Amino acid sequence: MSKLDAKIPEGQLETKWTKYKSSVPLVNPSNKRNLEIVIVGSGLAGASAAAALAELGYKVKVFCFQDSPRRAHSIAAQGGINAAKNYQNDGDSIYRLFYDTIKGGDYRAREGNVHRLSEVSGNIIDQCVAQGVPFAREYGGLLSNRSFGGTQVQRTFYAAGQTGQQLLLGAYSALERQIGMGAVEMFNRHEMLEVVMIDGKARGIIARDLITGKLERHFGHAVLLCTGGYGNVFYLSTNAMGSNATAVWKAHKQGAFFGNPCFTQIHPTCIPVSGDHQSKLTLMSESLRNDGRIWVPKKKDETRKAVDIPEEERDYYLERRYPAFGNLVPRDVASRAAKERCDAGHGVGTSRMAVYLDFTFNMDRYGKIEATKKGIHNADAATIRALGKDVITEKYGNLFDMYKQITGEDPYQMPMRIYPAVHYTMGGLWVDYNLMTTIPGLYALGEANFSDHGANRLGASALMQGLADGYFVIPYTIGSYLSKEISVKSIPTSHEAFVAAENKVQNDIDKFFNIKGTKSVDHFHKRLGKIMWEKCGMARNEKGLKEAIEEIRALRAEFWKDLRVTGEANEFNPELEKAGRVADFLELGELMCKDALNRNESCGGHFREEYQTEEGEANRDDDNFAFVAAWEYKGDNNFEMHKEELKYENIKIAQRSYK
Amino acid sequence: MSGNMNLTLKVWRQKNSNAKGELVDFKVNDISPDMSFLEMFDVLNERLVSENTDPIAFDHDCREGICGMCSMFIDGRPHGPKDGITTCQLHMRSFKDGDTITVEPWRAQAFPVIKDLVVDRTAFDRIIAAGGYISVNTGNAQDANCLPISKDNADESFAAAACIGCGACVATCKNASAMLFVSAKVSQLALLPQGEPEKQSRVLNMVAQMDAEGFGSCTNTGACEAECPKGISLSNIARMNREYLGAQFCSEK
Repeated sequence: MSKLDAKIPEGQLETKWTKYKSSVPLVNPSNKRNLEIVIVGSGLAGASAAAALAELGYKVKVFCFQDSPRRAHSIAAQGGINAAKNYQNDGDSIYRLFYDTIKGGDYRAREGNVHRLSEVSGNIIDQCVAQGVPFAREYGGLLSNRSFGGTQVQRTFYAAGQTGQQLLLGAYSALERQIGMGAVEMFNRHEMLEVVMIDGKARGIIARDLITGKLERHFGHAVLLCTGGYGNVFYLSTNAMGSNATAVWKAHKQGAFFGNPCFTQIHPTCIPVSGDHQSKLTLMSESLRNDGRIWVPKKKDETRKAVDIPEEERDYYLERRYPAFGNLVPRDVASRAAKERCDAGHGVGTSRMAVYLDFTFNMDRYGKIEATKKGIHNADAATIRALGKDVITEKYGNLFDMYKQITGEDPYQMPMRIYPAVHYTMGGLWVDYNLMTTIPGLYALGEANFSDHGANRLGASALMQGLADGYFVIPYTIGSYLSKEISVKSIPTSHEAFVAAENKVQNDIDKFFNIKGTKSVDHFHKRLGKIMWEKCGMARNEKGLKEAIEEIRALRAEFWKDLRVTGEANEFNPELEKAGRVADFLELGELMCKDALNRNESCGGHFREEYQTEEGEANRDDDNFAFVAAWEYKGDNNFEMHKEELKYENIKIAQRSYK
Repeated sequence: MSGNMNLTLKVWRQKNSNAKGELVDFKVNDISPDMSFLEMFDVLNERLVSENTDPIAFDHDCREGICGMCSMFIDGRPHGPKDGITTCQLHMRSFKDGDTITVEPWRAQAFPVIKDLVVDRTAFDRIIAAGGYISVNTGNAQDANCLPISKDNADESFAAAACIGCGACVATCKNASAMLFVSAKVSQLALLPQGEPEKQSRVLNMVAQMDAEGFGSCTNTGACEAECPKGISLSNIARMNREYLGAQFCSEK
């Protein structure tokens, strides 16, 4: 227990960050020029950190596995970004955003970190607008907002259904500006495969040039991992195909503790699986729940088409169960409710594993408003529907197009069919208030760390956290470490630690080719995903988790005996890249199950079937589990848990209710 | 769940940037119409691995049409036969049983082939680094609502900003011109008051970099607009030309 010091500043919650910012040691400009920072990942967290740190004068190197930093998966975030601006005059405040986030996370996040996140949220919007991010606006020229799950105010800023794209392109342009000025050196198509440790501190990385296959050594006074989440453990998820946990897992094995690995977010509104060939799942933004109503037929095994089912035979189960928040309950609640209805035999579509998301009600509501605006009185139903359709198109056009393209069905004519899917991981590397892991000099930002979302993340908060960490937190907090490193000269990469790390990576690569088995990487990845989804997914129980651990161990043994990696090491070789990632997933998956087995309570996205209320809601156990589970790697897939107690001094901890 | 479509693929294979490439035939059977085009390639690659053959390298990542990484030139059209989508969003229901489909990489001098269907598009990054930004350091910004921007301009700027940088415009252009890509970024920033202070240097520097990268000239054919998966308008090119001419006349540098 003594090993974990979160370093939350003393004092009043509201003034912690302000005071800390003003007292954290600084590094003077001439010293910054001599300090090198390695950043892995170029999404919102990585790109914003790289730009902000380079602007300050540090020497920065950025690595991404894609062909350009602009491809990072932050780009796919759809709905929006939260900020406590209270532009809508609807009662929002920094405290309310803080409160909603803690409550939404089911009281498993740190107060200090979350309050800081809320405090800087407004600065993010200001910064992005200054960069030229084209947010949606009202006719008066001011910024527009919408609602997201788990809140009762409108604080979400957006750019149609492409908010992540626009924010990432903003951060990317800031990053490219620094690249153009020579302040950042960019390494596209490079994958980090090891953290280099010297005297107990992170001092650089080993990266593989994915085009030539050459291993490279890169020194840094500090290393920042901004590598996103590990949802691809499940094979099928809304993550990009390349999203992986390799960087954080290598760091974990070098001594960085892993926080709450079992906290996984299953997003309620995704396009259902259509067959075994499926390679990924596509999200339909939570923003759609602003205007879409979720329902299933009241009758079991209903065979009629959605349009033929009369209103009174539809069960708007979220509105029924949670009248206060209705369709905008948080994601974990909405996902479980959908699973409950489908398991009870009310699912729709060929697989019966889907529910309807229906826009007709609000299309007609908007249509009537538009008709009034245009002075059309007694408009007929078709006119109203057409006018309403235009409004819906403006708000969500790209999402509707995407849905149609994937399913072959027109969501303007019939309701969307949706089902929950793996989307985000709240768990990640354990970090202190400075975002430093338990390895000195190694930081984790954005989804890669565990800190801000507790057991469930609210919609539109991932973008907020990524940019908060990169633009407004790390530029200050890194000073507390680097101010003590100013006398450390760049360590030549001929140092024995670099040589040893590179040799280890080379051995790992050779091992893959030496197996000479018969099964592809994808074969193992799919099997791992199936185990994880069935036994460590939306609902978990002791028996299933114990089985999963055994099955994963067996699968891992088979992987190392029967894997086939084609091609060679010294060339562009996607099979080799995947092999390394899946090898790490096969270890991480086991830790996730262990953590889920250890947490004998239900909270947020972690639902243990043994621990539920009579109404089927998550039954949290604050007396025994109000802590962060931080796992230490002890070699050979042994892990030791350390607890960081969570103290709530500013929020009254209560059962989460959205009724 | 396998399907019932049998297809012949002619795929460009090239070991690396120095090797000579060629089209190679592959038969793929039992394809489901619900598969995406890339999932059909997954099935083929799975088979190639089982046959101990090097699978076909292709770029892809998000598989939902937004990252811009996928880049296949299918039957003579970037991203295939359907309008307004990327390769990853193309589904096999857009083809017929028995079809022969030719798949090539993007072809342009400025996009050299790395392997098979994978090309190097870093030229686009260098063009952005030359001026595709607003020079504002972190922490300098005023309150976001202190700067009202008309909805029309904001919407038009957003439409230009929707570019995903995939390079289809270059691939389809007979001159391999990057004008649509460059003009989308120039337009996005030119339409916003925040972009005003640097408008001249931006367009001059970006165009200079575009030329240095070896992209061709624009001859107003309009194939780029027709093939753009995000519907980036040709009017952006017109706007960039105005910006460029204005900057040339007025710039004091």
